[in-house]
Amino acid sequence: MKPEPVMDPFIELDRVEKVFDVRKKTGFLKRERRQVRAVDSISFTVARGEMVGYIGPNGAGKSTTIKMLTGILTPSGGRLRVAGIDPSRERTRLAHRIGVVFGQRTTLWWDLPLIDSYKLMHRMYRIPDGRYRENLDRLVEHLDLGALLDVPVRQLSLGQRMRGDIAAALLHDPEVLYLDEPTIGLDVISKAKVREFLRELNTERATTVLLTTHDLQDIEQLCSRVMVIDHGRMMYDGPLAGLHEVGESERTLVVDLERELPPIEAGPARVVKVEGPRQWLAFPAAESAAVLVARIAAEYPLVDLSVREPDIEAVIAKMYAEQAERAERAVS
Amino acid sequence: MGSGRLYLAVAVGGFRRYATYRAATAAGVFTNTVFGVILVYTYLALWDEKPHLGGYDQAQAVTYVWLGQCLYATLAIQGGGAEKDLMERIRTGEIAVDLYRPADLQLWWLAGDVGRALFQMLGRGVIPFLFGALFFPMALPTELTLWAAFLVTLLLATVVSFAIRYLVALSVFWLMDGTGVNQALMITGIFFSGMVLPLNAFPGVLGDIVRVLPWAAQIQMPADVLMGETDPLRAYAFQAAWAVVLLAAGRLVQSAATRRVVVQGG
Repeated sequence: MKPEPVMDPFIELDRVEKVFDVRKKTGFLKRERRQVRAVDSISFTVARGEMVGYIGPNGAGKSTTIKMLTGILTPSGGRLRVAGIDPSRERTRLAHRIGVVFGQRTTLWWDLPLIDSYKLMHRMYRIPDGRYRENLDRLVEHLDLGALLDVPVRQLSLGQRMRGDIAAALLHDPEVLYLDEPTIGLDVISKAKVREFLRELNTERATTVLLTTHDLQDIEQLCSRVMVIDHGRMMYDGPLAGLHEVGESERTLVVDLERELPPIEAGPARVVKVEGPRQWLAFPAAESAAVLVARIAAEYPLVDLSVREPDIEAVIAKMYAEQAERAERAVS
Repeated sequence: MGSGRLYLAVAVGGFRRYATYRAATAAGVFTNTVFGVILVYTYLALWDEKPHLGGYDQAQAVTYVWLGQCLYATLAIQGGGAEKDLMERIRTGEIAVDLYRPADLQLWWLAGDVGRALFQMLGRGVIPFLFGALFFPMALPTELTLWAAFLVTLLLATVVSFAIRYLVALSVFWLMDGTGVNQALMITGIFFSGMVLPLNAFPGVLGDIVRVLPWAAQIQMPADVLMGETDPLRAYAFQAAWAVVLLAAGRLVQSAATRRVVVQGG
């Protein structure tokens, strides 16, 4: 059973900002200073034991947020706390309580066998011997690392290295795990293994997880809550399902009729395609499919049907497009 | 005590890391031996013309050559130690991963570099030195205390060498690429460490200057201590002073670098 997340705000951001000074070369020896708001007044809280997806296009400010959460970047403004600690002031103390995994970077010792990196973690996080053994055994078993421990990291495949990195981040029992693109570049099987492991970690050990990803399947399969940012601003924060409403996305009902008929007329749904006896109807994602199906079944000779869920990627793309349109209108 | 074990583990890792490249080590042994032979004959020709150049006799000059070959990789005179990895990690943004760790960045890299130096001395430096001792007359002491003092100066030399290279590597936080500073490091290392000629033999004002620069802590000091040319305590003081100054400068630059500069790959 998944322990109910207690409303204990483990991660708290209150109007956090990060402004970078960027110097641009504008001519010989001439530099123009420009300020870039990588994170622009973001507020959210994450409760202990939650698993939250943090998504947005490249350069949206996701990594900057994670760097502030771990204390390697200092916010330019606002208030930020992780486990009650101000990360940039007490980075080292906080480091013992968090785990970080970057899909495209590794914490492992490139030229040495995988186990050497774990021995180093043992010392670095001062993990008591018994607990280190116990955690290592568990992680080796769950992440299928047994045969890899004596292999130099540079010889591991991307999927193997990723699993190795996840284990390295968890040996010291962190209360929160930040994952940045943990499935990037992995094949389908490796992705499934990583997701399965993360789900277990969250349900069985109640580890708080903040997941940054481009792969919306990661979010669909793992997170009940999703936060979307763009240009450093929070665009959406709520359940995955609600994203569809915000994005005004549509579901598709595919119906097979007994024979070719003129386009079906049924309330909010509109026919988008007809191919012989098969018709495609689009309807708002928030509407009940059951009501619609009942209506069609009552009025038409229905043989078969299926409902297609909207692609979140499309939903988010639409959300961005609308935002951009609004911004343009505001300017003109 | 716990952190002592961490940095020991890092040093062991540094040692083992370099131990994995056997072919490179063998090639290095060969190169240093050949270079040593060439330099020995050059020095002998020079000392024939100018006996007691820099206060050394011929046997001492030969000893200096083989010590230089022994310490060339150990002290990463031309670079190629921990700073090479560090520059690469800063350039690619991997350094962000290091910053998340509950460990001191400078001590971490120092420990790794000491492990590397130990391997390169044992794996790469000792053989050319023994080769030299076997085939050329050398001025080696018989007193164990001098050898012990020599080892202390070697450790201090490693720390000074690291401190210089660490500072250079940190510049990549601003420069974004280490190619230029690497070349500068190579040339200054070769010249100011006395790889070409003992610093004792540098004339006039130039000699006065190079003998107080930090690079003098690298080959000149250990050589003079081993051959009884200088008081070990004086050598320790000189090396320790530079080590403290350069490590402190490294810490200052490090905190400025990590505070102000955007870590790549954001």
